[in-house]
Amino acid sequence: MTAVLEVRDVAKSFGGVHAVQGVSFDVHEGEILGIIGPNGSGKSTLFNCILGQLTPTRGEVRVDGKSVTGLRPSELNRLGISRTFQLLQVFPQLTVRENLILAGQEHQGSRLGRLFGARDAGLGAAADRMIAFFRLGHLAQESAGGLSYGQQKLLDAAMAFMAGPRLVLLDEPAGGVNLTMLASLKERLQAINSETRATFVVIEHNMEFVMSLCSRIIVLAEGKIIAEGTPDAVRRDPLVIEAYLGH
Amino acid sequence: MTIPAKLAWPALAVVALLLVLAPVDLTGIGIPYPGLKRYGTYIMTLWLVTAIAAMGVNLIVGYAGLETLAQAAFLGIGAYTTALMVKAGLPFGLAFAASGAAAFVVGIALGFPALRVRKHYLAFVTLAFSVLAWLVFRNEQWLTGGVMGLPDISRPSLFGISLRRHVNFYWFVLAITAALTFVLWWIVRSPWGRAFMALRENPIRAESLGIDVRLYTLLAFAIGSAYGGMAGSLYAPLVEFIDPNPFALGPSLLFMLMVVVGGVGRFAGPFVGAAVAVLLPEWLRFAEGFYLLIYAALVMAMMAFCPTGILGLVERLLAPRRRTQADPKASLLGEAKP
Amino acid sequence: MADFLQLIIAGLATGAIYALAAIGFTLLWQTSQTINFAQGEFVMLPAFFALIAMTWFGLPFAVAVIVAIATAVLLLGLVFKLVVVQPLIKQGVLPLVISTIALSVLLKEGAKDVYSAEAQPFPTLFPDVTLSVAGVSVSLAQIGVLVVAFGTIVALQWFLGATRTGRQMQATAQNPTVARILGVAVERMILYTFLINAALAAMASILISPIYLAKFSNGESLGLAAFVAAIVGGFNQVRGAIVGGLLIGVVDNLAAAYVSTSYRQAVPLILLVLIILFRPQGLLGRAEERAV
Repeated sequence: MTAVLEVRDVAKSFGGVHAVQGVSFDVHEGEILGIIGPNGSGKSTLFNCILGQLTPTRGEVRVDGKSVTGLRPSELNRLGISRTFQLLQVFPQLTVRENLILAGQEHQGSRLGRLFGARDAGLGAAADRMIAFFRLGHLAQESAGGLSYGQQKLLDAAMAFMAGPRLVLLDEPAGGVNLTMLASLKERLQAINSETRATFVVIEHNMEFVMSLCSRIIVLAEGKIIAEGTPDAVRRDPLVIEAYLGH
Repeated sequence: MTIPAKLAWPALAVVALLLVLAPVDLTGIGIPYPGLKRYGTYIMTLWLVTAIAAMGVNLIVGYAGLETLAQAAFLGIGAYTTALMVKAGLPFGLAFAASGAAAFVVGIALGFPALRVRKHYLAFVTLAFSVLAWLVFRNEQWLTGGVMGLPDISRPSLFGISLRRHVNFYWFVLAITAALTFVLWWIVRSPWGRAFMALRENPIRAESLGIDVRLYTLLAFAIGSAYGGMAGSLYAPLVEFIDPNPFALGPSLLFMLMVVVGGVGRFAGPFVGAAVAVLLPEWLRFAEGFYLLIYAALVMAMMAFCPTGILGLVERLLAPRRRTQADPKASLLGEAKP
Repeated sequence: MADFLQLIIAGLATGAIYALAAIGFTLLWQTSQTINFAQGEFVMLPAFFALIAMTWFGLPFAVAVIVAIATAVLLLGLVFKLVVVQPLIKQGVLPLVISTIALSVLLKEGAKDVYSAEAQPFPTLFPDVTLSVAGVSVSLAQIGVLVVAFGTIVALQWFLGATRTGRQMQATAQNPTVARILGVAVERMILYTFLINAALAAMASILISPIYLAKFSNGESLGLAAFVAAIVGGFNQVRGAIVGGLLIGVVDNLAAAYVSTSYRQAVPLILLVLIILFRPQGLLGRAEERAV
C-alpha cells in the first residue's frame, strides 16, 4: 500500500506554547483514519498545519510522496485535498446548489475559460447528483443560511467531495449533529469511501462515531501521539484511558 | 430582485427605450414630452459616466467585500490618459482602451502589496494613493497642466458622425454604458462572480475549496478600478476640460457613499446611487453650499436605519408583510476580526 | 547641522501631536473594531469649538480651551459613540466605515458653513520666545507642545498601566470576550476609549492649530498622518502609534525642508507604502499568521 499522506515530525508552537510536538504518521489509500484526543491535545492545530492554514514550526507534510509543506490552502485543494471545518462553514447567502458548484468550480478547466464558459462551470449535473446522494434534494434552491444545523453539516461534507478529492480531512463532522442525522452522515461517508476509494482523516470527539467509522485510530495527547492501532486496541490501551480520565 | 424573471427582459427593454428617448422632443408624434434640454442631456450623460465608475466600486465593495477609497483617482487616470492621447491625435477608441488598461494595471500594483497583509489595508493604501495621484495631477504641469488643467478636449466622432452635439454624445455614452453593464453582469453571474461572493462571505472556507482568495481579490479590485478608468475616459470629452479637483480624495469618498446609498451588492445599486449623487446637487440648489452637509447627514441616517440602501428600502416597502427578520445581508457585510 | 537639529525638534513636536491622534485611532480600533475615517476631522474641529467660545461668547482663551476639550469629549466622544457607532456596530464593518466617512464630510462642511471657509489664526498656549542653545534656536512654543503632548502620553500610559480602570480597558482591547468573562464592564470600557479618543483629539487640535491655522479642510492631512502613524507603528498598539507619530512628524518636517514643497505631502505616504511592502506588521508589531 502506498501512503497518500505522510506527516513527518510536524511541530507547531505559538509563542512559548508547544501545541504540536513532532508528530509523524502515514495514511494509506482508501483508509479512514481517526485522530482522537482530549481537548487541547493539538488535533486542530495539527490539521491546520497539514492543510496550510498554519505554517508548521518544523517538519514536513507529503502528499503522494511530494512535499506540500508551506503550500497555501487553495493550492493544496487543487492537488486533491479537501476538508471540512469544526465550525460550520457554508456560504449562507448562496443556495445549496450554488454552494456545491462553488466547491467544485476551481477544478474545472482554466480560470479564463470559466469566465467565458457556462454559468455552472459544467458542474450542474454533478451538483444535482451530490444533492441527491446527501439527500438534500428538497433544499437545492434554498439559501444555505436557512438550513438546519444538521443539514448544513451534510452540505459542508458534500462540498468537500464536489471536486472528487483523493484525500479528505474532516474536522469533527459529528459535532452538534443529532442521532438520526449522525447515522445518515456516517453511512454516506462510508458509501463515498467504498465508492471512490477516497482517503479520509477524521478528527472526532464522538467515540462511538469514530470507532465505528474508522479502520485505524491515532490518539493525541499534549501534542504527541500516545497510541495508534485498531479501534479495539486503542479502546483497551491504558495510556489512552489515563489521558482521557486525567492525571 | 422583486421583478419576476419573466418580466425582467421586457422591463429592461422599456428602461432602455426610455433612456434612448429621454433627450428627444416627442410632441411631433402626439406625446406631450418636450425632451431634455442641453443641460438636462449633459446631466444624464454625467449620471451614466458616474454610474460606470460606481459599478466598479460596487464590484469591489458589494461583491468582493473590500473597501476602495481611490475610485476618483482611477477616474483621473482615465481622464488624463484619454485627454493626452486624444490631444496627441490618437483615436478615441485606443485612448479608451488604454485608460481602462492603465487603471487595471495600477489597481494590480496597489492591491498586490496591500492585500498581502490584511483586508483593511487596502482602504489605507487606496487612501494614500488618492492623495499621491492628486499631487501628481496638480504638480506635473508639463503633463497635466497642473491646476490650470487641460482645456479643449475634443469629442470623438463615430462612423463619420461627430459626437460634438450633446445628444449624440449622450447616445454614445449610453451605448458604452450598456455594453459595460452587460460585461459586469456577465462577470458577476459567471463562476468568477460566485468566487467573488465567496470571498466576501467566508474567505477561509473559500480558500479551502481551491479558490485563490488573493488572486480573486486582486482581480475584483483591478476590474473595479478599470471601470473607474473607463468612466474617466468618457468624462474627459464630456466636460471637455479637466483639472485635478474632481479626482481628489473627497470625490473618492463620495463614490463609496454613493454605492452604499444605492444598495451595495445589488446590481442596479450604482445607477440609483449615481442618480442621487448627480441629481441631489441640482435638487438642493436652494441650499447652495449646504447640500454636502445634508447628503452626509442623510447617508448617516440611512446607515442607521437601512444599511441596504435605497434598493433595500424599496424591497422592504414592496414586501411589508413578509415576517420581519434580521436582514441577512447586513451581517454579511461584516467580517471576522483580523 | 544646527538647521537639521531644529528640524528634528520641530518634527518631534508635530510628531507628538500626530501621535495623540494616532493613539486614539488605535484605541478605538482595538476596543470596538471602529475604523474612524473621521479622525482627522476630530482633530480639526475642537479648535473651532475654542474659536466659537472666544468670538461668539467672548470667553478668554484659557477658558475656551477647556470648553473646547469638554465639548469635544461630549460630542466627539459620548454622542459619537451613542448615536453613530452604537446603532451600527452590529450591522458589520462596512456600514460603520461608510458612516464615519459621511461623518467626516459632515464635520468638514459643518465647520465651513457654520464658522468660516477661511483659515483662522489660532492663539498659542505658549509665549512666542525663541531660545538659543548651543547655536540651535528653539522656540518655546515647540518645547511647550512637546512637553504637553508627551505629558499627555505619559499620563495616558500611566492610566492604562497603573489604574484598575486602565487595566480593564487594556483587557477589553486585547480580548473583549475574555474580559467580559473576567467581570470587566466591557461596554463602559469601550465608552471610556471613545471619551479618551475625543480628549486626545482635542488636545492635538489645540496644539496643532497655532502651527497650521484652523481650517475646515485640515482634517484630510491630519487624518492621513494619524492613519499612517498607526500603520507604520504597528496598527494594534499604543506604543506603535507613538513611534509612528513621531517618525511621521520628523519625516514630514525634513521633507518640507529638503524635498520640493509640492511633494512634501507625498513623503509620509511613500513611507506607508514602503512599510506595507517590507514590514507589514509595522515597526513595533509582531508578525502574524496569515489570515487566510
